[in-house]
Amino acid sequence: MNDELLILKDLEVVYKTDFETVHAVNKINLTIHKGKTLGIVGETGAGKTTTALSILRLLPHTAKYKTGSIFFNDEDLIALPEREMLGIRGDKIAMIFQDPMTSLNPIMTVGSQIAEAILLHNSDMNSQDVQNKVDEVLRLVGISPDRKNDYPHQLSGGMKQRIVIAMALVCEPELLIADEPTTALDVTIQAQVLAMMRDLRDRLGTAMIMITHNLGIVAQICDDVAVMYAGEIIESGTMEEIFSGQNHHPYTTGLFGSLPDLSSLRSRLSPISGLMPDPTNLPEGCSFSPRCPKVMEICYTEKPKEYCFGTHCIKCHLFGS
Amino acid sequence: MLHAIDGINLKIFKKKTLGVVGESGCGKSTLGRVILRLIDSTGGDIFFNGERITHINKTRLRQMRKRMQLIFQDPYSSIDPRMTVAESISEYMEINRTFHTKSEIVSRTEELMDMVGLSTRFIDSYPHELDGGRRQRIGIARALSVNPEFIVCDEPVSSLDVSIQAQILNLLMDLQDNLGLTYMFITHDLSVVKHISDEIMVMYLGHCVELAKSNELFAHPLHPYSKALLESIPVPDVSMRNKKIDVIRGEISSPINPQPGCRFFPRCQFANEKCRGKDIPLREIEGGHYVACTLFD
Repeated sequence: MNDELLILKDLEVVYKTDFETVHAVNKINLTIHKGKTLGIVGETGAGKTTTALSILRLLPHTAKYKTGSIFFNDEDLIALPEREMLGIRGDKIAMIFQDPMTSLNPIMTVGSQIAEAILLHNSDMNSQDVQNKVDEVLRLVGISPDRKNDYPHQLSGGMKQRIVIAMALVCEPELLIADEPTTALDVTIQAQVLAMMRDLRDRLGTAMIMITHNLGIVAQICDDVAVMYAGEIIESGTMEEIFSGQNHHPYTTGLFGSLPDLSSLRSRLSPISGLMPDPTNLPEGCSFSPRCPKVMEICYTEKPKEYCFGTHCIKCHLFGS
Repeated sequence: MLHAIDGINLKIFKKKTLGVVGESGCGKSTLGRVILRLIDSTGGDIFFNGERITHINKTRLRQMRKRMQLIFQDPYSSIDPRMTVAESISEYMEINRTFHTKSEIVSRTEELMDMVGLSTRFIDSYPHELDGGRRQRIGIARALSVNPEFIVCDEPVSSLDVSIQAQILNLLMDLQDNLGLTYMFITHDLSVVKHISDEIMVMYLGHCVELAKSNELFAHPLHPYSKALLESIPVPDVSMRNKKIDVIRGEISSPINPQPGCRFFPRCQFANEKCRGKDIPLREIEGGHYVACTLFD
């Protein structure tokens, strides 16, 4: 039985302006399985949000799908006409954006925004049924249904994010894409929201893509991980392989190394020197070569192939032989 | 009346770092600004190097300002986009007439840029040409330009990526060692504060709920809020994944006209009648570890 829900194959996305071309996503391959959660980890500018938006065809007009396909339930989303995409967005694939403050319409009550999501995909549902569904999903995210006539500004950041999650889940999508859903929240509220998301995910069997730069969140909620750097997936595997495995891409090692460790005494941290390369001017060879502590001659001239140890794949010359 | 900070007593020792930790609305940023006299306090006193600075006149305050500086949270909005790196860094020197000649200012600017790890090739660049980490270095160089003794760092790494955060934290620690600086480091991120602080103060809705040496707070947090804060940090460790976290229920209550008593009461699993009615004072439990909680009466 095929449990592959979403497959990104050789996906390449650029932003083209009159002056330059930004290579945002550079031939990536990803598979998301039904009911599983994939964490996409990387720093600012790695291409994570572009990847997410490209799945839902929400990219700005300057973006171009250069090559590749996005197969959802065996259908190529890039080739789909827009009117069919409308049926997928919000219904089969839903997305939660980073900042709940700007995701909600300030002049609509939160109840009516959730109802809007329901009616878009169930236009013949009667209004009582719609209201019942609104109440049900509010309870699901831990908000009392009496708050449905409140406006977003009357709710706290954590509550707003729960409303956003409610809107995303109300049509019971097969896949939920969460782009840094807790970054703007306080750490105790983040813990509440993550616990709730994990619980809902388990109950509804939704597959999830969790985009984050926080390795702690990945450890709490993901099954598989893909590490992105300069538009490429430089390492991927299961949680155990990425967190406890022996072999790693030097960037992954660097990322773990720069985390402040709560168990150690006051001491220096080990950051990665330098910055991610300019996506309009990527280096020849491996994109990480200017910063890599283990760089070799070949890294400057040849792009590394992907080397796999079972499900653990690393794009690095160190593993070629 | 909005109670931003209430009854805060603290001491920061020379060349040490006090970490001030808390979530939105706890008053930590207000505290930093009140100490620097950017906001006027409505009660109490502030002493700097033994001198009472709470109500000093403008001239004296201006002189004091050279000794106390602030590094802002957002490197995108705290630096004038129409000034070059050199102009931003030398601005305080110009205002205070620290030097007599232009070449002295330029030379000191270059020295500061070296100190903060900002390549001098950016000296005539504009902020928009640089990333967040480099912009934050401009802010640090600027704060150092007048040779302060004390710097309030208000969430200086919160808007930066993890690997850049590490670079900036190391820089701040090195500068402290080399220049003998004293810091108040304000943040909501507990993992960051541990590395840089000697002592940490936990704030909740304007009150200090716990104060202890850094390692001691992490090893033995006493206040229910401190414990919850520590437990909420997602740990990058797969073996901790299925550990049940006691998530604190509820939201932060309003700081407007608060009831006397513990402000964490509505969310605390140990709440009881003793917690309400009058404010809970900070008590020393053992050598340097203070907590404001009826559980320790």
